[in-house]
Amino acid sequence: MSSVPSSPLAAPAAAAYDPDARLSALAWLRANLFSSVWQSLLTLAVAFVLIRFFWFVLDWGVVNAVFYTTDPDVCRAATGACWAVIAEKHRPMLFGLYPYDEHWRLVLMMAIYLGTVVLSLWPRCWNLRFLVPLWIVSSLSIGVLMFGGVLGLRYVPTSEWGGLPLTMLLFTGTVLIGMPVAVLLALGRRAPLPVARGVSVVFIEALRGVPLITILFVAVNVFPLFLPAGVEVNKLLRITVGIAIFFACYQAEVIRGGLQAIPRGQYEAAASLSLSYWQTTRRIILPQALRISLPAITNHIIAAMKNTSFVIIIGLFDILTATTAVMQDPLWRKFYIEAYLFVAAVYLFFGYALSLYARQVEKWIASGRI
Amino acid sequence: MTQSAKPGPSADPVIRMSHVSKWYGHFQVLHDVSLDVRKGERVVVCGPSGSGKSTLIRCINRLEVHQSGQIFVKGLEMTDNVKNIDTIRRHIGMVFQNFNLFPHLTVLENLTLGPMLTRQMKKSAAEDLAMHFLRKVRIPEQSGKYPLQLSGGQQQRVAIARSLCMEPEIMLFDEPTSALDPEMIKEVLDTMIELAESGMTMIVVTHEMGFARTVADNVVFMADGRKVESGPPEEFFGNPREERTRAFLDQILKH
Amino acid sequence: MTDANPGLRGKRPRRSPKDILYSESFRTAVYQIALAAAVALLGFYLYQNVVENLARQNIATGFGFLEQVSQFEIGETLIAYSARDTYGRALAVGLMNTLSVSAAGIVVATVIGFSVGIARVSSNWLLQRLATAYVEIVRNIPVILQVIFWAAVIRNLPAPRQAVELWGLGFLSNRGLTFAMPSAHAAHLWMLAALGAGIALAILASHKAKRHREATGRYIDMLWPCVGLIVGLPLLVWLGFGAPHEISFPERRGFNFAGGATISPEFVALMTGISLYSSGFIAEIVRAGIQATPRGQVEAARSIALRPRFILRYVVLPQALRVIVPPLTSQYVSLIKNSSIAVVIGYPDLVNIGNTVMNQTGQAVEAIAVMMLVYLIVSLATSLLMNLYNRLVAIKER
Repeated sequence: MSSVPSSPLAAPAAAAYDPDARLSALAWLRANLFSSVWQSLLTLAVAFVLIRFFWFVLDWGVVNAVFYTTDPDVCRAATGACWAVIAEKHRPMLFGLYPYDEHWRLVLMMAIYLGTVVLSLWPRCWNLRFLVPLWIVSSLSIGVLMFGGVLGLRYVPTSEWGGLPLTMLLFTGTVLIGMPVAVLLALGRRAPLPVARGVSVVFIEALRGVPLITILFVAVNVFPLFLPAGVEVNKLLRITVGIAIFFACYQAEVIRGGLQAIPRGQYEAAASLSLSYWQTTRRIILPQALRISLPAITNHIIAAMKNTSFVIIIGLFDILTATTAVMQDPLWRKFYIEAYLFVAAVYLFFGYALSLYARQVEKWIASGRI
Repeated sequence: MTQSAKPGPSADPVIRMSHVSKWYGHFQVLHDVSLDVRKGERVVVCGPSGSGKSTLIRCINRLEVHQSGQIFVKGLEMTDNVKNIDTIRRHIGMVFQNFNLFPHLTVLENLTLGPMLTRQMKKSAAEDLAMHFLRKVRIPEQSGKYPLQLSGGQQQRVAIARSLCMEPEIMLFDEPTSALDPEMIKEVLDTMIELAESGMTMIVVTHEMGFARTVADNVVFMADGRKVESGPPEEFFGNPREERTRAFLDQILKH
Repeated sequence: MTDANPGLRGKRPRRSPKDILYSESFRTAVYQIALAAAVALLGFYLYQNVVENLARQNIATGFGFLEQVSQFEIGETLIAYSARDTYGRALAVGLMNTLSVSAAGIVVATVIGFSVGIARVSSNWLLQRLATAYVEIVRNIPVILQVIFWAAVIRNLPAPRQAVELWGLGFLSNRGLTFAMPSAHAAHLWMLAALGAGIALAILASHKAKRHREATGRYIDMLWPCVGLIVGLPLLVWLGFGAPHEISFPERRGFNFAGGATISPEFVALMTGISLYSSGFIAEIVRAGIQATPRGQVEAARSIALRPRFILRYVVLPQALRVIVPPLTSQYVSLIKNSSIAVVIGYPDLVNIGNTVMNQTGQAVEAIAVMMLVYLIVSLATSLLMNLYNRLVAIKER
C-alpha cells in the first residue's frame, strides 16, 4: 500500500491529456509509452499479455468458433466458442417462460418500450403535452400486449412473464416509482420539521443498512401479512416496489448532496419574492439540485438496472434467471460461458448506453441547453 | 399595488423598528435598534463589517428572525404569522450582495417567476412587465441569456429588475456593489440613483459614501450591533457627533 | 429622522385565535403531530394485520424457534454444528460463513482494487487503458451474474484426477481450491500472539520516537526497527519452537485430494465474484484519492526540502487517505451485503440459512428480522466508526 501515492510524486499522470504531447505521433509514443527504460519494459509486458489475450479471443471466439448449428455435437467437436448456443436458445433466454407462440408480442412490446424511452430522452420531445399521451398510449399497449385477454390475445399471467421484457419492466418500474420517493425522502431529510427529518433518516439509513435480498424477502414473504385478509397485491408489483424503495434510499442520499450544495442565497431570494416552500422547492431548489447530482443519479440508475438481476433469488424469470435455467439443458450446458457472455453483453450494452446519454445530458447542462 | 393602506402624511413611517435585538447563540448581533423609515425616504446604513447592518435589514423581511422588539411594515407587525410575512414580503423587494439570481433560469424567467407564481399574473403580462423593467435597467437585449453569461454589474441590474417586477413599495439593498469589480459599480449605482429619483422607499446597506451623500435622506451608522448615530448626510458627513463615526469616516474616506 | 415612539416600547398586541392559527410555530407543530400520528397509525394498522394474519394461519410468533432443533445439515461450518443443534446455532454458523467469505473477499478486492487504481493513473498509456477497461467491465456486469458465472466455471472444472495444478502448491478442481498448508502446530498460535505483540510494540516505539523528536528535534528513523519488531518477533517464536517446517502438500488420492487445505467451490465462486465486482469500485476510489492531492502540494513540500518519504508520509498520504477511506469502508460494507447472494449458488451464509429457517418454521417476520438486524449492526457500526474518523481527520476550515 505504501507505493500507492508515489504516483503523483513519480510521473505526470495527465501526460495522456497533454495537448502538446500530440504534436507528433512519435512524441506521443515517447511520452506515453516509452518515457523511460522502466516504462518501456512495462509497455512491452502489457502489450505481450494483451496480444496473447486478443490472440486467444480471436482463436477461441472467431477462428475455431461455431456460429451456427442446431447440433450440439458439432460444437463439442470444435475447439472454439459455440455461439450457436445463443442462436439455438435465444428465445427462452430472452423471453423466459412466456408462451412460445406469443413471443411476437414481446418483440413488439420491446420495440414500443425502446421507442418510448428514446423519445422521452430526446430534449426536443420534452413537452408534457407530447410525453403524457405518449406514455399513456405506450403503457396501455404494452399492458395489452403483455397481459392479453383482449382483442383475441391469449391471457398471460404475470407469473409467466420473463426474460428481457421483464428486466425492462422491473427497471422502468424501479426508476419511475423510486425517483419521486427519493426526492420526497431527500426533502424530508432536509425539511424544517424535525419529525419529518427523523422519519426520513430512520427510513433511509435502515434500508441502506440491509442487503437488497432481505428487502425482496420482505416483499415476497412479509408484505402479504401487512394487508388485511383477502387483499392481495401482485407479486411482480410487490417486488418492483421493493427494489424501487431500496433504490430510492440510495438516490435520496445523492439528491440530498445536491440539495446541500444549493447556496442559502437561493432560498433567500425565493423568500424575498415571497414564494412558498413548495414553489421554492419545485421551481428553484430541485431543478438545481438534480442537475448538480446528475452524475451520481445516473450511477444509481445504472445500478438499479444491474440490481434487477437480484430477482433470481425469489424466482422471477428475468434474463439472467432464464439463461441459468436454459443452461440446465444437458445437451448445451457445456457452453455456459457463451451464454453468460451474451447476458453480460446485454447488461453492458444498456449500461453503456445509459452512461453515454448521461454524459450528453451533462454537456447539455454545461452549455445551458437544459 | 394595493392602495388600500391609507396614504396618510409622509411623517407616518412605512417601516418602524423599535428596540429590535437579536442573538446568534450567546452573541448579540443587534442591540436594541430602533429605526423609522418614512414613505419615499432613502436611508443608507453604513458601518464596519460585522456591525449588524446586514442583519438589521434582513430582519425587515424576516430572512433573519429578531428575538425581541417589534418591526412594523405599513402598520403590520412582523411576527411568525405566515399571512403577515407573506403580505410584508410582497411589499418589500430585496437586492443581495451576491445577486442570488436563479442560475438555471433565463433572465426573463428570473423576472417573470415571482409575478406569475405569487401575483398570479398571466405569462404574457408578466413578460411585458419584465421587459419594461429590463429596459429601465438598460439591458433588455439580455433577456434570453442565463445569469452566469452576464457580467457582475449586469447580473446585479437583473436582480434589481427582478425585485421591481414584484412592484414593491420598499426596496432593501444588502451591499449591492460589494461583490462587483470597480468598473461595474457605477452602472449599478446609476440604476439605484434613478430608482431613488422615482420616489422609491429604499434602505441601502453600502460602503459607497458618495451614493450616501448624494441620495440619502438619512444616514445610519452602526457598530457592534448598535445604532451609533444617524442624521441627514450634510450633518453626518460634515459634523459627526460620535468618536466612532469619525474614526470610521476617516478610514473609509481616505481611500 | 424620528426615533421609535416610546409608547410602543414593550407593548405586545394580544394574540387573537386567528393569529395563532396563522402562526408559523403553530403550523409547524400541527404538521409534525399529523405526520407522527400518520406514521404511528400506519405502523399500528400494519402490526394489527400481521397479528391477525399470523393467528389465522396458525403461525407461531416470537423468537422461541431459535431454541428449537434445526434438523438440517450445513455443508460448511467454522464451528461445530450438526442437525441436532438449534436454529440459533445454525444462524450463527451462517453468520460465521458470511464473515469469513467477506473477509477473504475484502482482502482480494483491496489488493486488486489498489493495483488497478494505481494503474488507472499510470503515465503508461497502455496500462492505464487496460485498467480502465477492467474497471468498466467488472463494474457494469451485475454481481449476481458474475457469481453465477464463476460458480459455473468451477463446476465445470475437471474432477480431482485431472485437476489444474498450480505450480506444485495446489489444485483447482470441481471440488474447489486445494492448496498446501503448514501442518497444524502449537507454535502457530504463539506466532500469532507474537505478531500482535510486535505490532503493538512497533506502534508504541514509533510513538516514543515521535515524542523524542518533538522534545529534542532529533529524528530517529523507526521504519526498519518497526519492520524488525513485526516480522522478527513471530520469527523468534517460530525458531523457539524448533522451527517446525512441515508443510502438508495436497496430492491426488482416489476421487479426491489428501493433505493440504480445501476451500469449497461455492466459497471460491462467491468470493471471486463479489471481490472482482468490488475491486472495480475500489480502483475508482483509489484513483480519486490519488488525484485528490494536487501536484502543487508535492511541489510545495519539495520546496521546503522535505525528503520524498516525508512528503509521502506527511503530505500525500494524509490527503489521499482522507478521500479514500470513507468510500472504501462503504465499499467494504457493500461487499459484505453482496455476500448475501450466496443463496443463488448454495453457499451457506447467513441469508441462505435464514431462508431455510424461514421455510421450515414459517416464521418469516422473525427470520428476516434477524438477518436485517445483523447487517444493520454491521452497517451502523461502520458508519459510526467512519463518523469518528471523519471528525478526526476533518480539515479545519474557518
